[in-house]
Amino acid sequence: MKIKFLGAIAAIALLAACSHTPPAVTATQTGTGAQSAPTGVVPGSEEDLVANVGDRVFYELNKSTLSDAAQATLSKQAAWLAKYPQVTVQVAGNCDDRGTEEYNLALGNRRAKAAKDFLVAKGVSASRITTISYGKDRPTALGDNEEAWSQNRNAITAVK
Amino acid sequence: MPDIKVKTRIWDPSAERPLLRRGFLAGSAGLLAAAPAFAQAPLAPHAAAPAAAPAGGGEPIIDVQGAQRNPIPIAVTGLSGGPGAIDIGSVVNADLGRCGLFRPLDSGAAAPPAGTPDFNMWKASGAHALVTGQITGTDPLRVEFRLWDVLQGTQIQGTAYTTSVANWRRISHIIADVIYERLIGEKGYFDTRIVYVATTGSRANQTKRLAIMDQDSANNRILTNGEWMVLTPRFNPVRDQIAFMSYANDRPRVYLFDLSSGRQSAFGEFEGMSFAPRFSPDGSACILSVTHGGGSDIMVVDTASHAIHQLTSSGSIDTSPCYSPDATQIVFNSDRGGDQQLYVMGAGGGGAKRISFGHGQYATPVWSPRGDLIAYTRFGGGSFAIGVMAPDGTGERILSESFLVEGPTFAPNGRVLMFARETPARDNRGDGWSQHIVSIDITGFNERQVPTPTFGSDPAWSPLNA
Repeated sequence: MKIKFLGAIAAIALLAACSHTPPAVTATQTGTGAQSAPTGVVPGSEEDLVANVGDRVFYELNKSTLSDAAQATLSKQAAWLAKYPQVTVQVAGNCDDRGTEEYNLALGNRRAKAAKDFLVAKGVSASRITTISYGKDRPTALGDNEEAWSQNRNAITAVK
Repeated sequence: MPDIKVKTRIWDPSAERPLLRRGFLAGSAGLLAAAPAFAQAPLAPHAAAPAAAPAGGGEPIIDVQGAQRNPIPIAVTGLSGGPGAIDIGSVVNADLGRCGLFRPLDSGAAAPPAGTPDFNMWKASGAHALVTGQITGTDPLRVEFRLWDVLQGTQIQGTAYTTSVANWRRISHIIADVIYERLIGEKGYFDTRIVYVATTGSRANQTKRLAIMDQDSANNRILTNGEWMVLTPRFNPVRDQIAFMSYANDRPRVYLFDLSSGRQSAFGEFEGMSFAPRFSPDGSACILSVTHGGGSDIMVVDTASHAIHQLTSSGSIDTSPCYSPDATQIVFNSDRGGDQQLYVMGAGGGGAKRISFGHGQYATPVWSPRGDLIAYTRFGGGSFAIGVMAPDGTGERILSESFLVEGPTFAPNGRVLMFARETPARDNRGDGWSQHIVSIDITGFNERQVPTPTFGSDPAWSPLNA
């Protein structure tokens, strides 16, 4: 359940950054995230990762290839993890809903693994990174258009 | 009057799993002894009792194609009333009407006829088939029904059931199944259940619970508390048990849910995530996928010993496996060739042969219980479709196409499919998004939404109830 909250917080941060969603809507999703105002961010925390590093990378349709932008974000995550060696993370792979449930569970796993492998290649101990796949069942963007789908094809790194 | 068969079905209402005792009591002391408490004398003892199988004698009135063009007009009388809110006639009529092959007539005004019906009167009313019946007793109930061919002026079937009053809806479905089988010539599918995923909450924060209901949406029951996401439930064909995927303790894997006890337990130990479970036709094994590296392999797990046998190791995503009804083959989908397509291999693994060559990607194959068709999800170019093809990939037919349809499941007679349908969000808040279960005949005929109290997805059809 912790991951779920963190996911929700991350979603809010993302949506706020894109300023697509009225605050009134995101406010209902905050839950415990009501504490996560940008002020007073604790170094090495989830909020720090989201605000100062970037917690997620995006994939093309039906792909797990890491784009240049994805590699840049993951490099920053690796550097951040090097700075906070006590932090362990979970990388969650997600898919848009333009595929089938079971295949997408495996595709989400493939995406999470691609992100984890990159972090490990950058020197993060594999024992600090767990992965999980939510297939197409944890959309962070709620529309049904290419823009929303591109947001939902991701791997999200969350502090455990 | 012609003779009548007596069936005695006894359920234990406290257990989800029914105890079944059935006997054709006419002239069989041995069967009488099987259920002495509920033994009923046949209405008209007859030395030449009909064969045990309900479809034993007589030609069906019409075939499925004929009934699709001209649904059989049928009048059901005498089965309403009884203690409490029991209305067997309405449930029978609803089953027959919903399947699209019958046209239940309003017979409310007709007095339940005693004895041989006035066929000329029923002919004049437009009925081709007639059900007469009688409910006696309070608990247990005794439900007697006779099915008549109005045009021929003959009795097709006569059966009495004795059961706990709590099972009156099941008796209704059993009667509807007998009518279906005798008039259409195929086994019915009304005495069945659907397990599915009930979804509540907003699209951003969905709660998914296991749910089970009768095929007519009655007796809906929620099985899990929603703390953890659940997906893809499937019935064990021989036990009152469901295999499904749960995210319990943030460790997604396949679980078994025992319907009589409500207990759930992890199924098999794997290093990767296990998912996409489906039982073998005899329930002795469960086939599933396990992630490995960036792909997933298909494994078969013995349900008794939990011994694991790996069937694929392609390095790609192999998933959604399903046995053929004779258990000699497995159909699954794989992206080993680049994108998702359907493959068939031997049940021991190896020799996988691609069978889907149409436009787009193919997924979620399920083998018809009749063996003659594989139903699947096809997608690409912005839409999804449910289709069927022969097991060798020929004769592809698309049955339903829309924004998102997925995951067909066969009725036990192979005649009807259910699947999940989503409607797209019309804005970036998810408004307008919905998930429902839909049923359709394998010819593409009679598509209709299956009512559920909440959003529903991932339907799986049970075998005929035991």
